[in-house]
Amino acid sequence: MTEIKRHDNRLGLWGWMGGGRWGVERYAYILHRLTGLGILLYFLMHIVVTSLRATGKYVWLKGEFFDQPIFKFGEFLVFVAFAYHALNGIRLVLVELGFAVGKPIEPVYPYRTSLNVQRPLLIVMMVLALVLIAAGGYDFLGLAD
Amino acid sequence: MRETKYWTWHMAAGVVILLLLGLHMFIMHLDGIIPMFAPHGGEGVSKENSLYRDGLLFFTVTYVLLLGVALYHGLYGLRTILFELTLKPAAEKAVSVVLLLAGLGLFGLGAWAAVAAHAIAVAGRG
Repeated sequence: MTEIKRHDNRLGLWGWMGGGRWGVERYAYILHRLTGLGILLYFLMHIVVTSLRATGKYVWLKGEFFDQPIFKFGEFLVFVAFAYHALNGIRLVLVELGFAVGKPIEPVYPYRTSLNVQRPLLIVMMVLALVLIAAGGYDFLGLAD
Repeated sequence: MRETKYWTWHMAAGVVILLLLGLHMFIMHLDGIIPMFAPHGGEGVSKENSLYRDGLLFFTVTYVLLLGVALYHGLYGLRTILFELTLKPAAEKAVSVVLLLAGLGLFGLGAWAAVAAHAIAVAGRG
C-alpha cells in the first residue's frame, strides 16, 4: 500500500486567516469553515434541546427559557450562517464536479487563472445568500406577521 | 481511496441537507412569509404545529434522515479541519473514534426523540 506523504501545516489555524494571492475565494473558504463550525455547535445543542419534546418539555415556547432576545438573535445568526454555508456549498460542489471552471487550456505564458472564470458563480451565490438573509431578517424582526 | 469515498459522501450529504434543512428553515424561520405545515396558525414552532408535524410519518422519517446526514456532514467536516493541523497518527485515530462515538450517541438520542414524539402525537397525548 502506498503511504501518503505528510506535509507539516506550519501555519496551523493562522493559515486560514490570510487570503494572500488567492483573493476573495480564499476568504469565502475561511467563512465557509467558520459558519460550518458555528452551525455544528448550534446543531449539537439543537439535538439535545429539541429531543426534550419527547418528555413533554417545549423550552422554546413563549415564556420558556429560550424565549429571550439574545437567543432570538443567536438563532438569526445561525440562519445567516446557514444561508451563506448552503449557497457557498452549492458553488463548491459545482466547482468540485468541474462545472463553471471553464475548459482546460494549454499552460502558455502569460498564464491565465481559472479564478476569473469561477467568479461569476461566486457573485451569483452571494447575491442569492443575501436575498435569503434579507427574507430571514424580515421574518425574524416580525415584519411578516 | 477510503478518504475519497468519505469525501464523496460528505458532498452527497451536503446536497441532502440542502433539501431537508432548506425545508426545515422555511417551515421554522420563514413561516411569516410562506406558512407551511402549520395548520394551527401562528408561529411554525408553536406546540400545536410541532405536534402536527411530529404526527406525520414524513416528518419523523425526514427528521431521522436529516439528523444522520447532518451529523455525518458536520462531524466529518470537523475531522477534516482537525486533520489539517497535521496530527500524529494516534491522535488522528483518537479524534475519529471520539467523533464517531459522539455522532452515534447524538443520533441515538435524536432518533429516539423523533420516534417518541411521533408516538405521542399520534396517540394525542401531547
